[in-house]
Amino acid sequence: MPKAPAGTLYRGRDGMWSWVAHRVTGVLIFFFLLVHVLDTSLVRVSPEAYNSVIGAYKNPIMGLAEAGLVAAIVFHAFDGIRIILIDFWAKGPKYQRLMFWVAIALFVVTMAGFLPRHLMHVFGGQG
Amino acid sequence: MSAQTGSAATIEDPGAGYRRRKTTRGNFELYGWVFMRASGVVLLLLVFGHLFVNLFAGEGIKAIDFGFVAGKWASPFWQIWDLLMLWLAMIHGTNGVRTIINDYAERDGVRLFLKLALYAAFVVVVVCGTLVIFTFDPCPANSPANLLPSFCTP
Repeated sequence: MPKAPAGTLYRGRDGMWSWVAHRVTGVLIFFFLLVHVLDTSLVRVSPEAYNSVIGAYKNPIMGLAEAGLVAAIVFHAFDGIRIILIDFWAKGPKYQRLMFWVAIALFVVTMAGFLPRHLMHVFGGQG
Repeated sequence: MSAQTGSAATIEDPGAGYRRRKTTRGNFELYGWVFMRASGVVLLLLVFGHLFVNLFAGEGIKAIDFGFVAGKWASPFWQIWDLLMLWLAMIHGTNGVRTIINDYAERDGVRLFLKLALYAAFVVVVVCGTLVIFTFDPCPANSPANLLPSFCTP
């Protein structure tokens, strides 16, 4: 098995970890997408079938999983914009580290807006 | 490194344009690379809009039921929105997982098996989702009216 060369530009630090996180979140989102299309397809079976399955999405454990899913999507989206800017913006590679932290900041702001409201819907009695 | 060792006299035409590859196997990977970026930008808008309307606005997840979905898909706007999102996300995600399989599955047989499973899942989910969007009936007969959107009972 060929060994990876030591000490490349991307080893360690934010460049590598954002790449790892992009892959992990991407795979998570993909597998959810497969399930999500199939569960939504139950609207074609009957209103009762769809409502019973979507009901499972409303319990607190699934509510927390949805928060995790949204977090994965938001990170993947903002990190994806960073990747596009690195590729197409002339100064992208120069500012890749700064853009990583901008993406993290946007992620925090977006989740701060989403989480309280979502958790209220999940855990609040009347929503 | 195209110059053969031992025949140093053959120097390539310095005026000839630079070509990265001598043998071409098509530009599939280039188009895939471009597609990931182009579809990524569109998906950001489509998915954030989807999440906002379904999880954030109104009562969020609590409000989602058959009536909610039927109300959305009664409008061609959301049909096209969801169709576009389905196709772009499935191609984007399948290409991403294909890249990951190519990176980590080193044995030829395992790689082939995983990619065949991936492409099978792609076909099943895209065909199923597309059919559902276009053959969906928001007011199925013999269903209790309280489960249906209000426009089903005039």
